[in-house]
Amino acid sequence: MEIRQIELEVMRYDPEKDKQPWFQQYTVPCQEDWAILDALNYVKDNLDTTLAYRWSCHMMVCGSCGMMVNGEPSLTCKTFVRDLPGKVRVEPLENFPIERDLVVVLDDVMQKLHKVQPYIIRKDDPPPEGVEYTQSRGALAKFKQLTMCINCMCCYSACPQYGLDNNFIGPAALALAHRYNLDSRDQGKSQRLDILADHDGVWDCSFVGACSEVCPKHVDPAAAIQQMKIDGALEFWKQKLGFPGGES
Amino acid sequence: MSRQPYVRPISKTTWYMRNGRYKIYMLREMTSFLVVFYTFLTIVALSTLAADSPAAWQNFISSQQGPGMVVFHALALLYFLFFQTFPWFKLAPKAMPVQIGEKKLPGSYIVIGHYVAWVFISAVIFWLAGAL
Repeated sequence: MEIRQIELEVMRYDPEKDKQPWFQQYTVPCQEDWAILDALNYVKDNLDTTLAYRWSCHMMVCGSCGMMVNGEPSLTCKTFVRDLPGKVRVEPLENFPIERDLVVVLDDVMQKLHKVQPYIIRKDDPPPEGVEYTQSRGALAKFKQLTMCINCMCCYSACPQYGLDNNFIGPAALALAHRYNLDSRDQGKSQRLDILADHDGVWDCSFVGACSEVCPKHVDPAAAIQQMKIDGALEFWKQKLGFPGGES
Repeated sequence: MSRQPYVRPISKTTWYMRNGRYKIYMLREMTSFLVVFYTFLTIVALSTLAADSPAAWQNFISSQQGPGMVVFHALALLYFLFFQTFPWFKLAPKAMPVQIGEKKLPGSYIVIGHYVAWVFISAVIFWLAGAL
C-alpha cells in the first residue's frame, strides 16, 4: 500500500498552560485509505500522547469527530487524506469554546436540543390500554431524512448566525423540532411554536444555507428551518383570524 | 484541574470574509438595496400616473431612457437573475417540498413549475401592457 507523507497542522490549547491556542506540526505517513481521523490516531499513538480529541465509531454514526479540516466543518472519519493537499490544518469546530486541543464545549447545544422538546407529545399520554400510535410509510417519509442527524454539530460550526449570536437555537435543534412537528403521531406543534417562533428561533436564520452544505448526513437543516418559517407564519394567521388548528 | 474554555473571537464586521460561501451570501444580501430602489421607482411611476399629467409621465419615461439608466437597468436585470431569481427558484423545493403518497415529488418539477409560472405571468403582463 502506498504511503504518503502529510504535514498535519493541529490547533493545540491546554487550559492550564496556554493563554491562547497555537499550532503544532506533525509529519504523518498516511496510507492511501486513511481519513484525517486515522492521521490523528497515528499522532496520538506514535508522536504525541497529549493530543486531545473526540472520536468513537469511525463510521459516521456517533458524530463525535467533527472538526475544522482546512477551514471546513467536517467529520474527520469521512474526510480522506487522498482528497486533500499535502498540508492539512485541523482545528476544533468553530463557533464553540475550546475545552482543550480539538475538544469543544458542547453544553450550549445540548441545552438547545433539549429546549425544543424533541419527543412525541400527546394529549392522551399515556395511551389507552392496548392502543398503539401507528404510522403509515408515507407519514414516516415526511420526516425520515431529519432523523438522520448524528449531532456532530458541523452545522453549528458553519452557521455564521450562531457564531455571532449564540442565543439562536441553531440548525440541528430546529431541524430536530421540525422532525417532531412533521411526525403524524405528535400533537405538540403549537407547544413548540412558542419556542420556535420566538426571538431566537427560526426567524433568526437568514438562510446562508451553509449548515446544509456541510451536513455529512444530508439532513438539510436549512430546508427544515424555511419550512418552519412558512408553518409559523400560517399558524400565526390561523390564530389571528380565529381558524381552528394549531396541531398537526 | 480547572476548566478555562477558550472562546475564539469573531469579527462583527468582517466575519463574512472567512470563506467563499459567506461572501456569496453577503453579495446577495448587500446588493438587495436594488429591491428597495425598484420599489421606490414603482411608487414614483405610480404617483406620476396618478397625477394625470401626460407631460409628467413623459418626463418620467425619458428620465429612464438615458444611456446611463439603460446600462443601470441592464446590470440590475442581470443581478436580479443571478442573485435573486435563479437562487430562490433553486431553493423553492426545499421550502415547499411536495409529497405524493410515499414519494417526494422531484425538486426539479417544482423548479420547472416556477419557471413556467414566471414566463406565463410575464407574458400576461406584456400582453396587458400592449407589447405582445
